Amino acid sequence: MAMTREQVLEQVKTVMVDALGVDDDEVTPEATLMGDLGAESIDFLDIVFRLEKAFGIKIAREELFPAETLMNNPEFVSNGKLTAKGVAELKAKMPHTDVSEFAKNPELSKLPDLFTVGMIVNYVESKLKAA
Amino acid sequence: MRWIWIDKFVEFNSGQNAVAIKNVTLAEEHLHDHFPGFPIMPECLMIEAMAQTAGILVGEAKKFQEKVILAKIKKAVFHDYVRPGDTLRLSAKIESIAPEAASTTGTITCGDKLIADIDLMFSHIDQNLAGKEFPKENFVFTDMFKSLLQGAVFQKADK
Repeated sequence: MAMTREQVLEQVKTVMVDALGVDDDEVTPEATLMGDLGAESIDFLDIVFRLEKAFGIKIAREELFPAETLMNNPEFVSNGKLTAKGVAELKAKMPHTDVSEFAKNPELSKLPDLFTVGMIVNYVESKLKAA
Repeated sequence: MRWIWIDKFVEFNSGQNAVAIKNVTLAEEHLHDHFPGFPIMPECLMIEAMAQTAGILVGEAKKFQEKVILAKIKKAVFHDYVRPGDTLRLSAKIESIAPEAASTTGTITCGDKLIADIDLMFSHIDQNLAGKEFPKENFVFTDMFKSLLQGAVFQKADK
């Protein structure tokens, strides 16, 4: 039987609590991984591995966390902001995330805020549907 | 010189799991200070011993082509003291391995006694997404480190 969004969120919560050593009640859908939950780069890989195990899915790291490759490409970044091309690329790479608010002022420093618990739930749901 | 915290491998299943042995002895000088009159193996060194066991397992899985660096201690729980004369059995298992990193689980036992649970993450640092470059030479897997595998019983993985 397909999992409900609540069930997916519960599982994702467990993954975050185990991977980041945070409290259960800190892991809200709005919580940002880096800002609110203190994730560092190696934690993203840890999260990917744990999600794969918890949901029995295969995740290409690029797919869930494409920001790093984007940020290192001069075509997509200029003066600390994403270029129009960069924003388009971000949209294409993160269909599971609403980037419209970010796109209004696409400062790189705000990019980490796109990575929230809710975004991971969206991603997992889309992945489970496709399976 | 490297500080090596395992003595030999007794099991090695490429890409899957490995078991190493560490004999603890009062000839290790630090035990005289940790603690005077009550020598016990420091827990941080048990983590290092597991990092060496699991790190070699992860390195061998990619034929020692990657530079494997301990990146995260996911879990380290200690259940009992380790004293001079104890023989530790360090069992490590690869849970996940990807181009950029690997995650392992492991236990340390002494006879029937569970000493520690230690879960780790390793980074293949040449594959880092920030594009940072490191020296060409593999400074992790030097001959001395790899020599630990001499005499280990190798078994080919099923798949």
